[in-house]
Amino acid sequence: MSKYKVNLKINNLNVSVDEGTTILEAARQLNFKIPTLCHHDDLCVAGNCRVCVVEQVGNRLLPAACATPVSEGMEVLTNSMKVRQARKNIIELLLSEHNADCTKCFKSGYCELQEVANEYRTGDHVYLDVKNLNPIDISSPSIEKDDSKCIRCQRCVRTCTELQAVSALAVTHKGKDMKISTFLDKPMNDVVCTNCGQCINRCPTASLVERNYIDQVFDAIYDPKKFVVVQTAPATRVAISEEFGMGPNRSTGKMVAALRRLGFDKVLDTDFTADLTIMEEGTELLTRLKEALVDGKDVALPMMTSCSPGWIKFQEHIFPDMLDNLSTCKSPQQMFGPLAKTYYAEKINKNPADMVVVSIMPCTAKKYEADRPEMRGSGYKDVDFVLTTRELGRMIHQAGIDFEKLDDEKYDSILGQSTGAAVIFGNTGGVMEAALRTAYEIVTGREVPFANLNIKPVRGMEGIKEAAVKIKDVKPEWSFLEGVELKVAIAHGLSNAKELMNRIKDGSANYHFIEVMGCPGGCIGGGGQPIPTNMEIRKKRAAAIYDEDEKMVIRKSHQNPEVEEIYKSYLHKPLGHRSHDLLHTHYTPRKRY
Amino acid sequence: MTNIEELVKQQAEVHGTTRESLMPILQAVIRSERFLSEDAMVAIARELDISTADVFGTASFYTFMDTTPKGKNIIRVCKTITCHMKGKDAVIGALEDLLKIKLGENTSDGKFSLLQANCLGWCHKGPVMLINDEVHPEVTPESAVEVIQGYLKQK
Amino acid sequence: MENKIKKVDLIFEQVDYLEILDRSFKRTQDEIILDIIDSGLRGRGGAGFPTGLKWKFAKNEEADQKYVICNADEGEPGTFKDREILTQVPEKVLGGMALCGKSTGASRGYIYLRGEYNFLLPQLNAAIDKFHEDLKNMNFDFTIEIKSGSGAYVCGEETALMESMEGKRGEPRNKPPFPTTSGYLGKPTSVNNVETLVFALMIAKEGPTKFKEMGTFDSRGSKVFSVSGDTPKAGIYELELGMSLEDFVNEFGDGDTKAVQIGGASGFCVARKHFKETVIGFEGIPTGGSMMLFNSTRSMYNILNDYLEFFEEESCGQCTPCRVGCQQLLKGIEAVKKGNRPPSYLDELQKLSETMKIASKCGLGQSAPNPFNSIINNFREEIIY
Repeated sequence: MSKYKVNLKINNLNVSVDEGTTILEAARQLNFKIPTLCHHDDLCVAGNCRVCVVEQVGNRLLPAACATPVSEGMEVLTNSMKVRQARKNIIELLLSEHNADCTKCFKSGYCELQEVANEYRTGDHVYLDVKNLNPIDISSPSIEKDDSKCIRCQRCVRTCTELQAVSALAVTHKGKDMKISTFLDKPMNDVVCTNCGQCINRCPTASLVERNYIDQVFDAIYDPKKFVVVQTAPATRVAISEEFGMGPNRSTGKMVAALRRLGFDKVLDTDFTADLTIMEEGTELLTRLKEALVDGKDVALPMMTSCSPGWIKFQEHIFPDMLDNLSTCKSPQQMFGPLAKTYYAEKINKNPADMVVVSIMPCTAKKYEADRPEMRGSGYKDVDFVLTTRELGRMIHQAGIDFEKLDDEKYDSILGQSTGAAVIFGNTGGVMEAALRTAYEIVTGREVPFANLNIKPVRGMEGIKEAAVKIKDVKPEWSFLEGVELKVAIAHGLSNAKELMNRIKDGSANYHFIEVMGCPGGCIGGGGQPIPTNMEIRKKRAAAIYDEDEKMVIRKSHQNPEVEEIYKSYLHKPLGHRSHDLLHTHYTPRKRY
Repeated sequence: MTNIEELVKQQAEVHGTTRESLMPILQAVIRSERFLSEDAMVAIARELDISTADVFGTASFYTFMDTTPKGKNIIRVCKTITCHMKGKDAVIGALEDLLKIKLGENTSDGKFSLLQANCLGWCHKGPVMLINDEVHPEVTPESAVEVIQGYLKQK
Repeated sequence: MENKIKKVDLIFEQVDYLEILDRSFKRTQDEIILDIIDSGLRGRGGAGFPTGLKWKFAKNEEADQKYVICNADEGEPGTFKDREILTQVPEKVLGGMALCGKSTGASRGYIYLRGEYNFLLPQLNAAIDKFHEDLKNMNFDFTIEIKSGSGAYVCGEETALMESMEGKRGEPRNKPPFPTTSGYLGKPTSVNNVETLVFALMIAKEGPTKFKEMGTFDSRGSKVFSVSGDTPKAGIYELELGMSLEDFVNEFGDGDTKAVQIGGASGFCVARKHFKETVIGFEGIPTGGSMMLFNSTRSMYNILNDYLEFFEEESCGQCTPCRVGCQQLLKGIEAVKKGNRPPSYLDELQKLSETMKIASKCGLGQSAPNPFNSIINNFREEIIY
């Protein structure tokens, strides 16, 4: 509210900042970096790791810079002898309870504890070893939990609670036994975990990492009997560059080139099935609307998108009574899998039993999704291995490919062509925008009434977005929609999703169609994306996605020639018999508590 | 509804269903059951609409909120400093012999659990033991055994 | 020889507390608070914050609801005086809470009673019921409720206590904001020790002068001491502040006192050679009342071991210096004792304990190294050999 300025000195330099600013933020304004571990820009203040302690002249105690607001006349020293001694001790204490097997650790080189320990040149085992080498929890197909790496910063707990409203992880016990755990210390796969992986994105060490399938994928690639195809999700192409220090950047062509050099037999695109999703889901929406408005049937509205497997599992756990509202469409990844092992296998004359489908996803929940028993529409496991953007980065590093210097290459065909509507699936609001571009045009024969097809009201990082589109002058076969104001809402991050669901349940909000993405910012902020993440990074990735869309020749899903072809020669029509078998699914109620 | 669900529901009616009511509800279940079973914690989570991990995380913070089965009577012998100086080890030894269990265990008939506790606030009258909420200051191995025998006779 | 120990009887004296309240309710908030400030009363839980100032801060906050909390989570090893006060004069505690409510503008009070004292609940609840009746007759809107703890030492820290009252893990909060600004449920809250509230009531009865004239400049008035350990006179005593430890040991020792732990597990261990110059009070060694005497038969290693084990278990575990530091101090003295680390490792641990003192999040972590430092400094050879 009030914007009083507070004047203080940091390391003898004057600075004037807004009231309420923390010492950490004030120091940043003067370009002093104070090391932090428990602090994360996306989360509430914790102040528990104490690595960021600073000296405040006149105060016997060293306050935590992340948790202490500035005050008038304050004099702060961020690197005094007292601070250095304390900070070094604290890092050494953390190391004494940390399983520092750095050379074989998946997070080595990305580990924030390793970084501060390197900066302070600690690590010669000053203190006694007090670490607990409990077995690693590998029960979940998505997330590995290794308590021996945990530094109790509680970022994961705050993520699970604040951003995701799930609280599968909690701080348990106290004193030396205090740890991060689940209900009754159950395995991760047995609790209300959505596999979203947001905890992984914020874990400073390797206590929480994705289940890693790099070796299995290399094994498949080097197996001469296997025909290995890879599909890439929309959001990976703007973030893989971060694994090579290039920041968030459009690098679709380089990614394709790298995948080809890694030895995949065909490099294909999940964007193709994103376009297909729009055809199926758009038709499903129009069908539901017709059933409701014309036939007077009791159909579940609002219809909700089903592309995000974290969101799906959340809904199964938290709102099992609303599963009928979910679109029956499989996610683009899981539409791709069965089509690759049926339609595509026929086209290229391969035995699906010899095919291996790998996906590169910004997501950890996709690993769980691929393992679901429903996902065997082809008669085989539709998607064999799911790798995160980070794992792909690791593979490219291992293979010694200089990513930055690669020339752009194009996806293979078929199952490689896509539109701008597909790539925006990576952003919150993207599925909605793509669906509107197609549905509006199907119904009215005209393009959506937004400049340059950019539906601005559904874009941006606001937690819950709402929009309404008035449908006028429809084609005769859609006369029941004449004058209807199509109301839509978009949520990203599961705590926003929960808020939106509660509004729908209590009747305070009414919509026809809802898009939900489990992760903040949508897939570009997914649990499998490069670390670190914060609002600034997510905004850059989102901008790159929209940029990619604008540069595409075709920007509407129904105009994708490969999509037109597959309906002509194989699927025949959206929601048709084959679609039903291969592209649609059902959901399972699960326990909330 | 199971008994435990009924108990939780009834306690939620007394204390409310906001987060502040978590402690009194947990305490009421402990009073009645001596420990928090999985079913009890699930029922509490449902009643308060919070996650089960949150219920467990909170309960496991407090020494008196056990989440593993406990006997009908919980004996807690103070182990802190003055009680240690004044002979709590001998008291525990005598009780272990009497009940034929080790510290931390339950008797097979489910009547007793034998535990240690940090300072119970009777340093001038150590060693002290609590049986459920009842205090027994200045116990000797002999008097502690007598007290427990009294409990054995009661039931 | 003149007995330098002066026994006082303010806390346990039977008084007509309703008459005191009746008189106080007719005064302004500022008048009551000014008397408390003038008396020099400092918090009797151990930290010693000036009580009048705390009440003034709470009074100056604008809020639709404010709270008074009586901190009866007496968990400091060696302290048992609050239990005795609540047993003998519960109505004076309730009176002190109502006085604080009047002064700060709070209409709701809570007693956070440690789970170990559950046996007090029936009699305390009866006292509260009667108190509510009395207040109703006096037309004063103030209610008191008991919230129970469940075995967690750290909940004696006021922000941890409020977290616990809110149904959460008793983990101390970041400060600022302080409870008088944002306390229980985010409302201005004054948290006072049991004994402090009774003294406040007595100051309202007698005026500030009598209290102020006792004790020293920094440590006004009297204080209830919990005396335990190797002493023929274990028990509870209200004594004037400012005595030397030598005077104290002369009165309470068994003739063979080798050390006194002042202030409980989180306090300081004073060896015989320092008894004379050690003042018990805020200018010397402050205490929430715990005085533990040890004679020459006691092993200081065992004593320190007990204290450190206590902290290793009772740390809330959230902040690094306290969670890991307490484990390192305990494992460290074991390693030195067993010869797995050289005696010089104790110096390394003393550096660590300095970090714990200045970098921990709350008072528990900041004071947990006190017994370590003071015992190492005085009895180093007992730890090593």
